[in-house]
Amino acid sequence: MFTSSEDMDTDEGGIVKQFMFVNRKAPYGTIYALEGLEVVLISAAFEQDVSMAFIDDGVFELKKAQDTKELGQKNFSPTYRALEGYDIEKLYVEKESLEARGLTEDDLLVDVIVLDHAEMAAKMAEQDVLISF
Amino acid sequence: MKIGVLVNEGPYTHEASDSAYSFTKAAIEKGHEIYRVFFYHDGVNNSTRLTEPPRDDRHIVNRWSELAKAHNLDLVVCIAAAQRRGIMDENEAKRQGKDAHNLADGFRISGLGQLVEAGIQCDRLVTFGD
Repeated sequence: MFTSSEDMDTDEGGIVKQFMFVNRKAPYGTIYALEGLEVVLISAAFEQDVSMAFIDDGVFELKKAQDTKELGQKNFSPTYRALEGYDIEKLYVEKESLEARGLTEDDLLVDVIVLDHAEMAAKMAEQDVLISF
Repeated sequence: MKIGVLVNEGPYTHEASDSAYSFTKAAIEKGHEIYRVFFYHDGVNNSTRLTEPPRDDRHIVNRWSELAKAHNLDLVVCIAAAQRRGIMDENEAKRQGKDAHNLADGFRISGLGQLVEAGIQCDRLVTFGD
């Protein structure tokens, strides 16, 4: 499902930056979540300090029991479970976004770190590179 | 400053590509280095040479091509996003058995690693498009 870069040169001379991928959109309805995840997986090959943030409707990306049969689209949510295998373990979820949508940590399919709005802002401010989808 | 640019929306529907173009041009004029412009999501649609807007409108694709030619810019189109949306260079069209290709001058097709690499190498990575 995920095509890898054809000309990937992952030797970046030992530079390690903090990369945060910010997920703001529901998993279906637009392609941003899916194509965003493709970038996250590729980034794992570059040995950077990678984290993901889930805010707004982006928290739905991690919802358990997604069923896309009626949509005719692939359910790509199991990929979030595979992130651990890529050493991508820092998944930050905004508390207010969860609450506004009636969700709790128990509704999510992976272990996450819940941060409130101010903590999330502080975490973002620490990053070298922010890419949002 | 070494700058990377990420364009995430296609031409005309959204202003993102116009803004990215103006930003890129202004940055070059101020003496900054544009390390790479990367086109992702519907942003890949900025690279089809079959684009033909009305004569009194700006030609977004040609404008990028001309800027690339004038300043030796690296315009990179994500291969996976491009294939989904029917953007092909000659080699890829041949490989996929297609009877046409449409990548405009000055653009090249490559992988997402080029975006991550720009993030690593640049002082700033600036995103255009929602």
